[in-house]
Amino acid sequence: MTAGLLTIFVSALLVNNFTLSYFLGLCPFFGVSGRLQTAFRLGLANIFVLVITSVAAWALHRFVLVHAPYLTLIAYILVIASTVQFVEMVIKKTLPALFRALGIYLPLITTNCAILALALFQTSRGYDLLEGIVFALGAGAGLTLALVLMAGLREEAELSDVPALLRGTAMSFLVAGVLSLAFMGFAGLFGGG
Amino acid sequence: MSGGAPGGFGAEYVKGLVRENPVFVQALGLCPALAVTNSAINGLAMGVAALAVLTGSSLMVSALRRAIPAQVRISTYIVIIATFVTVADFTLQAIAPDVHRELGAFIALIVVNCIILGRAEAFASRHPVPLALADALGMGSGFTLALVLIGAVREVLGSGSIFGQPLFGAGFEPWVVMILPPGGFLVVGALLLLFARFAEARQRAAERLARGEGAP
Repeated sequence: MTAGLLTIFVSALLVNNFTLSYFLGLCPFFGVSGRLQTAFRLGLANIFVLVITSVAAWALHRFVLVHAPYLTLIAYILVIASTVQFVEMVIKKTLPALFRALGIYLPLITTNCAILALALFQTSRGYDLLEGIVFALGAGAGLTLALVLMAGLREEAELSDVPALLRGTAMSFLVAGVLSLAFMGFAGLFGGG
Repeated sequence: MSGGAPGGFGAEYVKGLVRENPVFVQALGLCPALAVTNSAINGLAMGVAALAVLTGSSLMVSALRRAIPAQVRISTYIVIIATFVTVADFTLQAIAPDVHRELGAFIALIVVNCIILGRAEAFASRHPVPLALADALGMGSGFTLALVLIGAVREVLGSGSIFGQPLFGAGFEPWVVMILPPGGFLVVGALLLLFARFAEARQRAAERLARGEGAP
């Protein structure tokens, strides 16, 4: 049981990293990961939303959607949108400093495809409640890891002498390609996870 | 970009193909552009599915644009888009189960594709139905074009074939990494570079023309 949970966690964190091998959540990855600290905080907010979504999606799938499977997509996206809205309100009320630091990235989590993908993967793989939460933690930690790595690399790249044409998105893609190549080294860890 | 005065039907269609290409110029919808393009045919299927969803939801949003209250417009758009994606998902599962299996969750993930919500918010909600149709078809075609291009490059390099037809003889050693995740990043990076190079060349030519100099 514990070994199963560990496999799910490490698989989502490294072997099948959401950003670098499933290409999920690329918009914040390329758009906002310019500063190390912001990237880290965004990652934490993502983990939080992922865990809540995982629990909500599990409950929906278990109790409601068995009667209407064709509503899955609509139900999940509405749950995610309301979760993000709810998290935003709670943080604004209780931790105004953190709220200001996160700024626009908080509402943008709604359109992060990693969140919806997590709910869909969890459903199609038939994870139970505990497995779903561990999966969400692993995926969120993986997203954070990728965001932080990328932000660190980009902070370095700003100081180096890069041809004008390569600056910006094109170079980010090439850097991400190399990062992704490095993460492929984890592939053998659990026979593909 | 599209906030200016609307052109005719043709002009609204053409702009999405190259000049405002959603993937290469606006850098939108990158997740599916990378995730499913390990072959040209997968790119085509994904592009056509997104085109269908974009057209349907743009028409709906444009037709209902006076009835949707501004405060709840984003949630309304999302529900409209999710409905069309569900339709596309089941349709593809019925007519091409193999392709559906390959694309996996990424058809469902069209819901959170920023191109679709972006066009609904930036264009369809402000323009009459025919123009919204032209815009949606143009952006959808531009997206399909980009996906097929990326898919074709990766398939030729990584499997030595195109649309499943082998191109080279038996001596060809496939560059396997190109159909794996890193190849997606590298190919898109290279294509973005190429697009930036063309844009720069065109801008220089325009500047030369403006200064009244002849061809070099």
